[in-house]
Amino acid sequence: MTTGTTTTADPAASAPPTAGAPAGPLAAVRRRRRAKDPDAAARGGPVWTLVAWVLTLFFFMPVAWMVLTSFHAEADAATNPPSPLASLTGANYSLLFDRGVAPFLVNSAFASVFSTVLVLLLAVPAAYALSIKPVEKWTDVMFFFLSTKFLPAIAALLPIYLIVKRIGMLDNVWALVILYTAMNLPIALWMMQSFLAEVPKEILEAAEVDGAGLLRTLWSIVRPVAMPGLAATALICFIFSWNEFMFAVNLTATRASTAPVFLVGFITNEGLFLARLCAAATLLSLPVLLAGWAAQDKLVRGLSLGAVK
Amino acid sequence: MATTVSAPSGARHREPGADSGRPPARERWLRRSPLLPALVFTIVVTQVPFLVTLVISSLHWNVLRPGEKSFAGLSNYKTVFTDERLRAAVRNTIVMTASTVIISVLIGLALAVLLDRRFPGRGLARTLLIAPFLVMPVAAALIWKHAIYNPTYGLLNGTLNWVWQLFGADHGPTVDWVSSYPMSAVVVSLVWQWTPFMMLILLAGLQAQPGDVLEAAKVDGASPLATFRFITMPHLRQYLELSALLGSIYILQTFDAVFTITQGGPGTATTNLPYEIYLTMFRKYEYGEAAAAGVVVVIGTIAVATFALRVFSSLFREEVGR
Repeated sequence: MTTGTTTTADPAASAPPTAGAPAGPLAAVRRRRRAKDPDAAARGGPVWTLVAWVLTLFFFMPVAWMVLTSFHAEADAATNPPSPLASLTGANYSLLFDRGVAPFLVNSAFASVFSTVLVLLLAVPAAYALSIKPVEKWTDVMFFFLSTKFLPAIAALLPIYLIVKRIGMLDNVWALVILYTAMNLPIALWMMQSFLAEVPKEILEAAEVDGAGLLRTLWSIVRPVAMPGLAATALICFIFSWNEFMFAVNLTATRASTAPVFLVGFITNEGLFLARLCAAATLLSLPVLLAGWAAQDKLVRGLSLGAVK
Repeated sequence: MATTVSAPSGARHREPGADSGRPPARERWLRRSPLLPALVFTIVVTQVPFLVTLVISSLHWNVLRPGEKSFAGLSNYKTVFTDERLRAAVRNTIVMTASTVIISVLIGLALAVLLDRRFPGRGLARTLLIAPFLVMPVAAALIWKHAIYNPTYGLLNGTLNWVWQLFGADHGPTVDWVSSYPMSAVVVSLVWQWTPFMMLILLAGLQAQPGDVLEAAKVDGASPLATFRFITMPHLRQYLELSALLGSIYILQTFDAVFTITQGGPGTATTNLPYEIYLTMFRKYEYGEAAAAGVVVVIGTIAVATFALRVFSSLFREEVGR
């Protein structure tokens, strides 16, 4: 049901399946006709294409500028007017590692990966009990999870800080793992529920009639359908954990600090620091950019907590 | 594109077995068991802290005055509603959230409509447009503050200077964007960050339009504008609501951008509630007051979330009923 595969989808092909639209020969004919229709293909013509590209590049500009500046020398980064054509260097990146960015990256990776694994371990069985073999009142359960996502994290910061301090987990990366798990669990649950709901009921029933055991059903029927969804869910949980700042900055000090905390501490030096800052920002955003682009067809389902497909 | 499989029909789900009306207790617990770890975990990690917040909000508790912890009744709430800083924070939160949501929904809608057409490089354009949402928020805020807004060598003044010099002027204007327009500076960076989010949801909404209705409108000779106004907009309404409400809930909690770009200043010009609560907690150590302000934020969010849940359940029912 991905409506998001933009590169391939012509408007007609991406639209019909949701509305119980005609499948089969009739739809195919219509799709063909629509694709041939020059008017549908280029509504508004080249002017709107130009507008679309100008707006896109305008929005992408800060990112492009960040990446470009990260390869400039400090002196070239701080000229006015800007000098985009200055010679390129990788020195800023090696400097980052001299400044000890590595442990922060390790902490971020640790917190993000472990919380994502934990989220999936909790969310997948739960989603199973909310879709394939649903419990009674399963929609109420879904909405309970959703509502926890609506509670503002800032209101929980104080008690969490006090509890974490009391049990001696301040500056411990596991505290972040637990918090990020709670933060992402509703998203993962809603996403996985919507993916598992796509497993054909008829096949599940047929497997049951044929006497296939639970494990065999899970492995050969549920797994193939759910795997792409599982991957997208994992990537989205990873993105949110990697970018999280508020808990990270308030619950860690030195040993367990993550990448965003490194960034904030990094720019306190005086002198020219713009190129270095851009290099740090680029390096630390890179994993998330890659994860996001890899998951982009499913991204909207994650961002809307499964409400939009 | 799996079409036939998207129907976990609600009715079928609630009828657990064909032969028995209601399964025995053991069977029901067996069904619940995969759900329990997630449920228990969520209750412990998300609900318990809020109960603790409620308790703390009723205490006089400042870490700088140890031994003076005492029951305060509702006096912390009185402080929250009368304190000028907190009232400013409430105003700032509303201004920041509302302007960011409105502007980013409008731009997001424009972008979604533009991207709903086929044009060369459309996939690439979408990929590039997602980037602002993915860049680490703290990194984005720092880039805006130093690489773009900086008065002497930021991209904004640099470009102005370049344009001015093109036209023969000596030097362009030097505007200190963050000090002169603190709220706008924060809002612009937030709009930049959240527009892709709105765009993605609205684009999905546009692409979920039934093709045959659009087809029929065209056959009947409706103009593209009329089609948009009378067919697309009503269909898009719930997606607009969803993006605005979800956006509000997230942007209400903005912390990274305020912390990084303005530290809430100058004065209290950009201090929003999350940042004010943070200051009350970790600068003034007024735990009771911070907790009370937190409870107020929760109540404010619930007001928005109630509407959001309604939209969610209508979309969800549509999905399930399909």
